[in-house]
Amino acid sequence: MLNTKNKKIVLIDSDGRRVDGRRPDEMRDIKIKVGILENADGSAYVEQGNTKIYAAVYGPREVHPRHLALPDRAIVRCRYHMTPFSVEERKSPAPTRREIELSKVIREALTPAIVVEQFPFSSIDVFVEVINADGSTRCASIVAASVALASAGIPMRDLVAACSIGKVDSVLVLDVTDIEDKYGEVDLPFAMMPNRGEITLLQLDGVLRLEELEKAISMATKACKEIYEKQKKALKEKYVELRKAIIEGGKT
Amino acid sequence: MIPKIKRRQMLDMLSSGLRVDGRGLEDLRPVEIKCRSVNNAEGSAEVRLGKTLAIAGVKTSIGTPFADTPDMGVLIVNAEFLPIASPSFEPGPPDENAIELARVIDRGLRRSEMIDLRQLCILPGKAVWELWVDIHALNHDGNLMDTSALAAVAALLTSEVPKAMVNEKGEVIVNKNEKQKLPIKCIPITITVAKIGDKLLVDPCLDEEEVADVFLTATFVDDKVCTIQKRGEKGLTEEETLKCLRVAQRKARELLKIVKEVIGYG
Repeated sequence: MLNTKNKKIVLIDSDGRRVDGRRPDEMRDIKIKVGILENADGSAYVEQGNTKIYAAVYGPREVHPRHLALPDRAIVRCRYHMTPFSVEERKSPAPTRREIELSKVIREALTPAIVVEQFPFSSIDVFVEVINADGSTRCASIVAASVALASAGIPMRDLVAACSIGKVDSVLVLDVTDIEDKYGEVDLPFAMMPNRGEITLLQLDGVLRLEELEKAISMATKACKEIYEKQKKALKEKYVELRKAIIEGGKT
Repeated sequence: MIPKIKRRQMLDMLSSGLRVDGRGLEDLRPVEIKCRSVNNAEGSAEVRLGKTLAIAGVKTSIGTPFADTPDMGVLIVNAEFLPIASPSFEPGPPDENAIELARVIDRGLRRSEMIDLRQLCILPGKAVWELWVDIHALNHDGNLMDTSALAAVAALLTSEVPKAMVNEKGEVIVNKNEKQKLPIKCIPITITVAKIGDKLLVDPCLDEEEVADVFLTATFVDDKVCTIQKRGEKGLTEEETLKCLRVAQRKARELLKIVKEVIGYG
């Protein structure tokens, strides 16, 4: 195993493989399940390696407190939260400053895709629970939440796909794990609406030349298009399942 | 509703290349930096960008390092949007905007390695200097982000910290009469670009902020970018993003020159 006491941690070996054996431009397997929380209007579960996330959408519904309602559109609220057991050392369930910031950036990543003008005086509430964290949790949260929004039947301009780019041992890598985030040089979370070609989340934490950044963005764009296909497939699967259930239900 | 009318008006003006306050699209508002106005702080700076005013103060204390960085000092950034600064600010703990601002500035300071935190270690694993950077908004007329970031940087540049030593018994002794500057390695500069319609404008004032679709804040150090934060509930194309960053890079060079002239660093 890795020796964390020793400062020199090898994140890319001599064969160009990463700690978990992936190539730099290789994503972890992503599993997306739609509609798993019955009470929510829409929900999704995303598993990306050891990052595991539930997302639920409630709404459009009446706004509480009422004075927050807007006369021309729905408000979108988002809560990103990590369960106390999702990380190595127990995290207090109270929202941290990090979670407050991430809730905001996730909301701002999702809102451009939602046709909020159709629901004046209402709210669309997105809840994200990180069950197990192993890097790229905000990106996986966006992937899950955007599928949950679609499955809630909320009109959308596009789905939002997301992935992270890192730089470890001077190499740009796709889909950063926890250890690569901790000991790597750069973390760049990214989200976009693949069909519209609009970036809705872009953060950078680490030093990059602008040319490197350009390369990172094109890497992320390519990966988002792959994730987009998986999101669509997961949504379609759910509706094939539903349709089958309705037809079979009709027979009996 | 008012923002909608305002927005239409502003878009009309922008299409003929005009901003509400008469600036060009890539012009910063006049910058004023006043350092060391707070005697009781180790460092302080009041920064004005046009009518926006923020003050940052640096206080220090001796504390224990984090377990994963036993030989490094601790840097903590906090921001308060006080009701004194704007009719829209309310008293209470920092809201998501203040928290985001503080965290973006914190990342900029940390990732640029402006301060050599290793030199702030007094006794490895036991005692290190803690640097508390507190930013308070005093008058909000847009772009609190860049104003606050500059205030934080200027306050750190002018900070003087007492000397601390370890005696034979292994105790930490602080000599308050002997002060030294912080171990500064570079100056990070933060620039925000706003998008309204299809126009990109630097250093948005409050009127512009209220109608803008999206913001891109970037911190530069030695012409490299070390922090980016996209804000706002709309998206940007890849082309727009890169254009924003190139503009921000240019403006960062310009602002860096001003900072060096005023503070006399480097």
